Amino acid sequence: MLELKNISFSAGDETGIKHILSDVSLKINERFVAVTGPNGSGKSTLARIIAGVTAPTSGSVILDGEDITDMGITERAKKGISFAFQQPVRFKGITVFDLLSLASGKQLSVSEACDYLSQVGMCARDYVNREINGSLSGGELKRIEIATILARGTKVSIFDEPEAGIDLWSFSNLITVFEKMYERINGSILIISHQERILEIADRILVIADGKISADGSRDKIMPQLRDSSRVCGRITDKKEGCA
Amino acid sequence: MCLMDKIQKFLLEQVADLHGVPAGAYNIRSDGKMAARNTTANIDIVTKQDKPGIDIIIKPGTKNESVHIPVIITKTDYQEMVYNDFYIGEDCDVVIIAGCGINNCGDQESRHDGIHSFYLAKNAHIKYIEKHYGEGDGLGGRVMNPTTVAELGEGAYMEMETVQIKGIDNTRRKTAATLAENAKLVISEKLMTHGEQYAETEFSVELNGEGSSANVVSRSVAKNKSRQLFLSKINGNSRCTGHSECDAIIMDEASVSAIPEITANSVDASLIHEAAIGKIAGEQLIKLMTLGLTEEEAEEQIVAGFLK
Repeated sequence: MLELKNISFSAGDETGIKHILSDVSLKINERFVAVTGPNGSGKSTLARIIAGVTAPTSGSVILDGEDITDMGITERAKKGISFAFQQPVRFKGITVFDLLSLASGKQLSVSEACDYLSQVGMCARDYVNREINGSLSGGELKRIEIATILARGTKVSIFDEPEAGIDLWSFSNLITVFEKMYERINGSILIISHQERILEIADRILVIADGKISADGSRDKIMPQLRDSSRVCGRITDKKEGCA
Repeated sequence: MCLMDKIQKFLLEQVADLHGVPAGAYNIRSDGKMAARNTTANIDIVTKQDKPGIDIIIKPGTKNESVHIPVIITKTDYQEMVYNDFYIGEDCDVVIIAGCGINNCGDQESRHDGIHSFYLAKNAHIKYIEKHYGEGDGLGGRVMNPTTVAELGEGAYMEMETVQIKGIDNTRRKTAATLAENAKLVISEKLMTHGEQYAETEFSVELNGEGSSANVVSRSVAKNKSRQLFLSKINGNSRCTGHSECDAIIMDEASVSAIPEITANSVDASLIHEAAIGKIAGEQLIKLMTLGLTEEEAEEQIVAGFLK
């Protein structure tokens, strides 16, 4: 179980100090938890704090009863936290196969690597030896990013807006990927998303606004509120047409 | 093959991926002497009479054959200058693997300077692979100054891959090529320097023929206090295309300079140069660390991938 206790994060610039997250506490034990809310509300910061990429100003992160707040990225990864970037990183010379092998922590066979790629709807044969460089499209990079998380198979998997930058055709495949992942996962998925179809898979939905949790509950409880809420609902219905 | 000790065998593996006698034609030079040679029906190797070196003569139409010409040096305080000339007949399609390994355990300089000249006849195609490797515990410098001169005839195509990953203290590499009509040159250079090493690489390409093209790509990593200088000069003298690219990762207290120069002497010449130098992107390190690698392991993977 992942637990956040009184997490706050502030960042300062020439205009003063901005409070990105304020005293956020939550426990995550469900299989699939979606985090939504307006842009700039602190969702990505929350994900980065869990992965150890960003250090909180105050508060603690607990994984299975162990305080991991002071642990670095590598140590947290080894403890079982995976993090899919909103904007996947490109590497000159490192192939899809290399990255999947690194993610799995062992030398994969080609067929194992292909299996992960197939799970994200990619024709494995075409991609396994491709370099993760500018020759891949945004959508392809996103799916490879998700495949690395599948290859890791850790107890907590965090996805930061997996739908961002994915075209409509790829998006319906992406939903299928998450539906399948839901069936297979042994741990928890924490997914930051604006997409109604992703929220609809979730067991639980957290809404973050202005650095605080403004709503938290089961999908059945939160979805009607989101649809009624002028601020968030506007975003969801805007995108609903696109995800059909 | 004459008797070789462990060091010589190891160097051969490093520079030529050879674990034994290669297939096809070969000439192995060890500490200034010919250690082994083999010729084939289509590939002749002749020792020069007027100066150190060999002539490699490949008959027109020779296809799918290879020539290995590794050089190894295990002596300290040894310098040599070698001239190797390659005559590639029309319509050939061959692979040439050169390379030099130096093991210098002494305190004096060991140095290999080589001038490789290629004459490609009409429509000849060669893939030329060159690897450099140095090792040894002594204080003596390991120095290599390879020069490659290539004359590409009409429709000829030369692919050149050079790799210098480790252990050469000082290198000045010069590559000069002239291209006739529809000739094509593709050069890929991989270079890594560390310690206080210095590496200078200079490409000079004359695109003389209509429809000729050149693509010169260098990827390098400079670690510790090492220094690198990349010079690339492409002259477009007719309807032609030229592209040069220098992409370098700089680490620690290293220094890298890239000086690309392109000159169009024809209105139909299309020339591009790109040069980028920078440290490893923080996001790349973070991504690999989220996969469970330490920062050092992530750095190793990124560098290894970049130079692969």
